Amino acid sequence: MSTRTLVSPLTLARPRGKAVYWTVFSGVVLLFAVAFLFPVYWMVTGAMKSPDEVTRTPPTLVPDRWHLSGYTDAWDLMDLPTHLWNTVVQAAGAWLLQLVFCTAAAYALSKLKPAFGKVVLGGILATLMVPAQALVVPKYLTVADLPLIHTSLLNSPLGIWLPAVANAFNLYLLKRFFDQIPRDVLEAAEIDGAGKLRTLWSIVLPMSRPVLGVVSIFALVAVWQDFLWPLMVFSDTEKQPISVALVQLSQNIQLTVLIAAMVIASIPMVVMFLVFQRHIIAGISAGSTKG
Amino acid sequence: MKTASKPPAAFPPAAVGAPEVPRSAGRRPGGPWRRRLADQSRAYAFLIGGVLCFALFSWYPAIRAVVIAFQKYTPGSGGEWVGTANFTRVFHDPEFTAAWRNTLTFTLLALLIGFAVPFVMALVLNELRHAKAFFRVVVYLPVMIPPVVSALLWKWFYDPGAGLANETLRFLHLPTSNWSNGADTALVSLVIVATWANLGGTVLIYLAALQSIPGELYEAAELDGASLLQRVRHVTIPQTRFIILMLMLLQIIATMQVFTEPFVITGGGPEDKTVTVLYLIYKYAFLYNDFGGACALSVMLLVLLSAFSAVYLRLTRSEGDDA
Repeated sequence: MSTRTLVSPLTLARPRGKAVYWTVFSGVVLLFAVAFLFPVYWMVTGAMKSPDEVTRTPPTLVPDRWHLSGYTDAWDLMDLPTHLWNTVVQAAGAWLLQLVFCTAAAYALSKLKPAFGKVVLGGILATLMVPAQALVVPKYLTVADLPLIHTSLLNSPLGIWLPAVANAFNLYLLKRFFDQIPRDVLEAAEIDGAGKLRTLWSIVLPMSRPVLGVVSIFALVAVWQDFLWPLMVFSDTEKQPISVALVQLSQNIQLTVLIAAMVIASIPMVVMFLVFQRHIIAGISAGSTKG
Repeated sequence: MKTASKPPAAFPPAAVGAPEVPRSAGRRPGGPWRRRLADQSRAYAFLIGGVLCFALFSWYPAIRAVVIAFQKYTPGSGGEWVGTANFTRVFHDPEFTAAWRNTLTFTLLALLIGFAVPFVMALVLNELRHAKAFFRVVVYLPVMIPPVVSALLWKWFYDPGAGLANETLRFLHLPTSNWSNGADTALVSLVIVATWANLGGTVLIYLAALQSIPGELYEAAELDGASLLQRVRHVTIPQTRFIILMLMLLQIIATMQVFTEPFVITGGGPEDKTVTVLYLIYKYAFLYNDFGGACALSVMLLVLLSAFSAVYLRLTRSEGDDA
């Protein structure tokens, strides 16, 4: 039984309903193609036009001659391998540290009953209320001169990794998932002689694959897409991730080369999305309706 | 071996190593108090890494923002109390008024454009019976493009010379526009970019909400002779009211922190037409080296946004209790 929506199946079955449906359907396909696919096409092909052609009016829909030099130039001139590698290192470290520290903390809060656990959880949840961007300046000052040890994490990937761990949303997601794991299961493991770490590693984590997947995607996307924070942390051009480097280099570089670099910068996230689209889309849809 | 005690399915046999049983059993000779201390220290060993990060990068900066807002602060040499001088100085900056006006206008426009459009899109998409997966992927594609790339892409589209936006207008024989370079159009141009880049997520959330509306409601309304628009008004909107409210609050919170688009596309100009509050905070800190002023602004933004967040959290929590 198909679920009934705004328009009844009966109306749709009539000849007039069918006509309207297919008109609307093709309209939407066209609109989506123009609004969301065309800009991407324009970017990918724009990078393959010659520098003259890309600024020509009226513009050409298809490049007169296909140049790959835009892409190769971007790769070499803008030093994309370095910046892409920086981004990969920053994202991977943030992901790994978030998984290790957030799952450990969520496990402790959910199952180990630490004293003042409620207070700690309250403090963590309170940070959900504080909009992250509004605190970038004091956070920058803290990272520039860590209290007590007086070290600076500026221009170091640690300046991305450690603040990324303080992600209340992901920690809460994990904690809520761990809450659903029955206590008997963990007690059984303990009776069999498994320590807390072993229980976490061999029982809780394998059972939590779906939520770990969601947290992983969130963590990776967040670092890859971020701009303001890495802009503050990395003044050293050599260490900048691709998002910052693109903006810094965009001023004095040929348009076709810049566009090619933009395409290259988009590929990893778009590919990840196309591979995991089912999970990502299901995650967004489910997360919202369940609050 | 206590194999009778129902090992869970996910439990690999390797973890039930026989020598571990007596060892861990023999490790607890102390009384209940001592055992509790051991449990506690173990719990805190798991907790400590995460909590330290929160303390350093969330709690401490939040307190520090308030402290530095009342100080003349120079990195390296500490702060000197100046009372409310930072606030008065920031307040008398002409850019302050511009930044707040721009931010509020941006948020309002983003609500008008970025709110109605995804709702209508979701409404239409929900009626379509074919190519659903295609639509979902395509609408979410811009969200996965890095925001910096979206901003640079649209900067190129808006180019008054050979930009795609004006080319399209010329092709349609419409008057061209200055887009992000025009004093009147710059802010709207930025709202369009932000909407394009972000609406995919909103559409997907609406779609999920629309799918949870029971079909009988529409059936009953139709039997009562309700037209299409009446069904939207009396069934769809009331049924999704909660999600609409949630997304509205989230969008207000998100758009009031806009930075990337004005920074990349307009650089705050023309004049000060696209300077936002977060952009001004950035300028105070990194252009004027005035960390006191930056923190004073941060505190103002923080107070305002936390109020919205508090409403949001309260609403989601009460909804969660009902369910």
